[in-house]
Amino acid sequence: MNLAANLRVIGALGARSVKQTLRRPQLLAPIILIPSLLLAIQTSGVGRAVDLPDFPHVNGFLDFMLAGAMIQSTLLAGNSGGIALAVDIEMGFTDRLLAAPIPRFAIVLGRLAATAVLGAFSALWFLAVGLIFGAQIEEGVPGALLMVLFVTLSAVAFGGLGAAIALRTGRASVVQGLFPLVFVILFLSSAFFPDHLMLEPAATVARYNPLSFIVEGIRAPVISSLSARNLLEALGSITLIGAVSIWLSAIALRRRLRLGG
Amino acid sequence: MAAIEAQSLERTFSGDVLAVDGVDLEVAEGEIYAFLGPNGAGKTTTVRILTTLLRPTAGSARVAGFDVVSEAGNVRRAIGVALQEAALDPLMTGRELIRLQATLHGLPRDQGRRKAEALLERVDLVAAADRQIGTYSGGMRRRIDLASALVHEPRVLFLDEPTTGLDPLSRKAIWEEVTKLNADGTTVFLTTQYLEEADQLADRVGIIDFGRIVAEDTPGRLKAQMGRPHLEIKLMDGGVERGEEVVARFGKPLPSKDGAVLVELERGAAEVAPVVRALDEAGLTVEALDLVEPSLDDVFLAKTGHHLEPKGAAPEEPG
Repeated sequence: MNLAANLRVIGALGARSVKQTLRRPQLLAPIILIPSLLLAIQTSGVGRAVDLPDFPHVNGFLDFMLAGAMIQSTLLAGNSGGIALAVDIEMGFTDRLLAAPIPRFAIVLGRLAATAVLGAFSALWFLAVGLIFGAQIEEGVPGALLMVLFVTLSAVAFGGLGAAIALRTGRASVVQGLFPLVFVILFLSSAFFPDHLMLEPAATVARYNPLSFIVEGIRAPVISSLSARNLLEALGSITLIGAVSIWLSAIALRRRLRLGG
Repeated sequence: MAAIEAQSLERTFSGDVLAVDGVDLEVAEGEIYAFLGPNGAGKTTTVRILTTLLRPTAGSARVAGFDVVSEAGNVRRAIGVALQEAALDPLMTGRELIRLQATLHGLPRDQGRRKAEALLERVDLVAAADRQIGTYSGGMRRRIDLASALVHEPRVLFLDEPTTGLDPLSRKAIWEEVTKLNADGTTVFLTTQYLEEADQLADRVGIIDFGRIVAEDTPGRLKAQMGRPHLEIKLMDGGVERGEEVVARFGKPLPSKDGAVLVELERGAAEVAPVVRALDEAGLTVEALDLVEPSLDDVFLAKTGHHLEPKGAAPEEPG
């Protein structure tokens, strides 16, 4: 198969995965519903956090929280993608794909393409929610587009982790069991609260958590202006997580193929 | 050239479980070959090796002329696979599945769409094509699975237990489709645990038990090894002794059972009518008559020491 044919296969597998997510509420809910609810609860419940000394200058807590909601959604999209892949393995659908003359890694890339689409959708969703409820994007349309790009790339990076765990274990329940871990990682980052206002040791963990760099890269266009440092740190973190996750996926896939699906 | 060849094929799983133990196979092009054996006999593992889903730990195999390990891509292009328990996504529609399968096999979009429509019609699923597969009956699932395996017109079709759990009508529909495909020149390799499926569909049957092929031939020749068919005759007024004298002219009398006269027929079913006529001429009235053919289960029992199907496990034969 040539490159165009391979891209078509990845596109078809991606489209199938997107439809699968849209048709299975338990896969879609974590991507949209849970982050939306958390956004609503936190914005209304602890909105006065913006009055704390040293809290970043924002127009409102919603502006600060948008990036957190987006990154939470992409993490959960990666987890949902992993669950869906594990379900495919459990029900034998992956065998159908492996018996076809396609590059083996297209199975993972198709899944990641779908996660990217869902990531972009999530970014647009939270931008719309934010704008409807009064958030302001300081960097305007270019800033919003950059946010969508960061969120989409993050979804691919996190999707790789979900795929790696799914391929390694082949069990949806294991991938689903990692769901609470997503929240631990999120709360140990600057997704929902500025790291410099956290207590130790959470503050130190959050400061060096790659997720914080990504969150700040997504947040900067909303609350201030995106600096080169923000941009590089965010892109660097996404690249690092993406490279590791795709490498782990490749190893897990190779192992699964060696053992026979 | 053989469509499928395997030499000393072996597959060991962790814990030193030998699932396939030195299987030799040769399936000619255009043949229907049935792999008959109970659950856990090694049928599915063999199919997974032949369809490139699993690497053998020893031995070699070629499908459509290509090595299943070193030329796996070519094998995948040449084969169609319908797996056990139909590996289908319940959230996809039938049409989506076949179109996806067409894309996976590199068919251009228009050709894939045309092919999908033709196959949906062929398996009588046009009306259900836009329904999610999760709403399909067992028979419909097998039909859509079969259709998806045919989208690229494979030279060799692998069907892993294609009718397990199906009702008689659905089984018959699958059998008819397999027969048609074979008539069109497709080599079919199917696994089954149903005796009559192997008996009715297959040109040749390989009986597998504990990972080894214990017998292989045409169903007729395998059964012939078990002896000739015998006739069980229940006479109206008893008369077993006189009946035995009459039927002895047609073959070897067997010890009577439950008041019935038993005779092993030299020329099989062709002698049933002459036997009935001879009994009539002797003034004996036949109350019931049964021609009992040796079954593949008899073969299985003779070769493995145990029955393939526990009593009551076999599905009802399609009408």
